[in-house]
Amino acid sequence: MKIIVLIKQVPDTYGDRRLDQATGRIDRGGDLVVDEITERAMEVALKEKDARKAEVVLLTMGPASSVDVLRKGLALGADRAVHILDEDLAGSDMLRTSAVLAAALRREGFDLVIAGNESTDGRGGALAAMIAERLGLPHATSLNTVAIGADNVAGERAGEQGTRAIHAELPAIVSVTERNPEARFPSFKGSMRAKKKPLDTVALAELGVAEPASRTTVLTATRRPARAAGRKIADDGTAAAELAEFLTSSRLI
Amino acid sequence: MPNILVLIRLSTHDTVDAHATALLAGAARLGTPIAVLVTDGPLGDGTIAALGRAGAAEVRHYISPEVDSALLTPMVDALATAAADTAPVAVLTENTIDGREVAGRLAVRLDAGMIVDVVDLRAAEGRAVATTSVLGGSYTVESAVEGGPLIATVRQGSLEGPVTVTEPEVRSEALPVSAVPSAAVEGVSETPVASNRPELRTAARVVSGGRGLQSRERFALVEQLADALGAAVGASRAAVDAGYVPQSAQVGQTGVTVSPQLYVALGISGAIQHRTGMQTAKTIVAINKDPDAPIFDIADFGVVGDVFTVVPQLIEKIEADRR
Ligand SMILES: Cc1cc2nc3c(=O)[nH]c(=O)nc-3n(C[C@H](O)[C@H](O)[C@H](O)COP(=O)(O)OP(=O)(O)OC[C@H]3O[C@@H](n4cnc5c(N)ncnc54)[C@H](O)[C@@H]3O)c2cc1C
Repeated sequence: MKIIVLIKQVPDTYGDRRLDQATGRIDRGGDLVVDEITERAMEVALKEKDARKAEVVLLTMGPASSVDVLRKGLALGADRAVHILDEDLAGSDMLRTSAVLAAALRREGFDLVIAGNESTDGRGGALAAMIAERLGLPHATSLNTVAIGADNVAGERAGEQGTRAIHAELPAIVSVTERNPEARFPSFKGSMRAKKKPLDTVALAELGVAEPASRTTVLTATRRPARAAGRKIADDGTAAAELAEFLTSSRLI
Repeated sequence: MPNILVLIRLSTHDTVDAHATALLAGAARLGTPIAVLVTDGPLGDGTIAALGRAGAAEVRHYISPEVDSALLTPMVDALATAAADTAPVAVLTENTIDGREVAGRLAVRLDAGMIVDVVDLRAAEGRAVATTSVLGGSYTVESAVEGGPLIATVRQGSLEGPVTVTEPEVRSEALPVSAVPSAAVEGVSETPVASNRPELRTAARVVSGGRGLQSRERFALVEQLADALGAAVGASRAAVDAGYVPQSAQVGQTGVTVSPQLYVALGISGAIQHRTGMQTAKTIVAINKDPDAPIFDIADFGVVGDVFTVVPQLIEKIEADRR
């Protein structure tokens, strides 16, 4: 079984995340981390590798700094990593990103692709399905649980109208929700071993995807004024009454 | 006027719900709203009349026996068929898990630009301009697409507007079995418990509880205050992880984004990822026993105190005032 995990570097949600107001793109100058949801995706793959024989390959598209997230994943136990790195990819929208990732996946070959359901920066929540559409494969996405079989994958799909039990024949594209377990911790041995694992860099030309260009353009981006703190009182037995008074005067009750 | 396709998901009783109505109202701002529906049987007259009242000028109805069993593909096929026929300038779906994936797959098929989680839409110089609220509402961004229609997913509860009531022209046709393989849906395993409380995403008031509630049993206090205020129930991720409430109640970065008139945070520290999902609320109230909890930095009214003491008194006050 060959599993490819789509992994992504994002600005740390604990930090002060900013948008470049001229381009509307996310400012990547602050602290960068592995998107937690893609760590969970990787954990699903590594569990499968623990239980049965599986090759786990990490794939990312991103700037040079993204190599850090691949190194981290290799230290956790992945076998190999592929980094799609090209200046022309900066600011790619979902349409273009899905085309580039689909091309890389096609070139690599796989039984199963595992992605996070939604990134913390772009929050598109559609990339796995878009890749499946490009590859003509089924997508079993937004899974709260994942059961990988010899020739199929099954799980519980999250949804606003309730969860659904779904399954798909392999090869397939899966995405996981944060109901899946957190990633394991790297060991010293794992980190040492990671140094010898293959990490390939692929340029856009090697994938042969000139089209499509990104189709979305940002017209304006404005920062909202930050919220200020209001009144704060310590409860001395009368706080509930004061709060009720506040709600009444604000016409909220 | 240009055509705008709107994917309509009928609610459980085949009725046209508020979300569908909002999408049609958004479409009316951009052009002629055309409702696209996929069902496994005929459409009732009541449904068609309701679509007309919500402003659908035309109804494109596709019949597919696979609508509930082949994950999303019939809806993508239906929209692609309707798009080939109507040359729309925009296609709108709800910003739900299904809605985003249908939109994404359609964007690939039509080679069109996609914008997700749109909170406002307008027509400007012949094209559709979409507003999004990004990085937890810290920025407001206006975007458009080039070289094809706009595929947009619309945040629930964000659009409204006048519509022209019509008697829509209906075209029904059978949808051919798709050439694209799909995941198979075996069945619905869990449906949200029916409740009289408002829906979290669109509620005017939300009362949320965090890890400070300590247990599933004690979390009932959050529900009691919510009921006293006529509010929806929300939660922090820590409360969800601890099993006090189902995941659908999670507010924040990886949960629901809400923008109510009133947001009450009980026993929630106010981690940045929680604030991301609620900081655009009009009024924020927080009760927390830690005076340094970051939630107080954005609260209009903060009480440093124990939720198990303050909240029962507050409920009593609200109920006494009502009598
Ligand atoms: C990628 C990522 C995504 C995330 N997404 C989300 C998200 O969508 N939503 C979300 O909420 N979090 C999210 N988090 C988690 C977030 O960082 C916090 O861990 C979480 O919000 C904490 O929840 P909490 O405030 O309930 O718990 P805690 O931080 O433990 O706070 C509990 C609070 O309760 C107070 N308290 C305890 N007892 C009482 C009492 N008797 N009376 C009054 N106050 C009391 C304490 O003083 C404390 O402030 C995410 C994190 C990451 C990394």
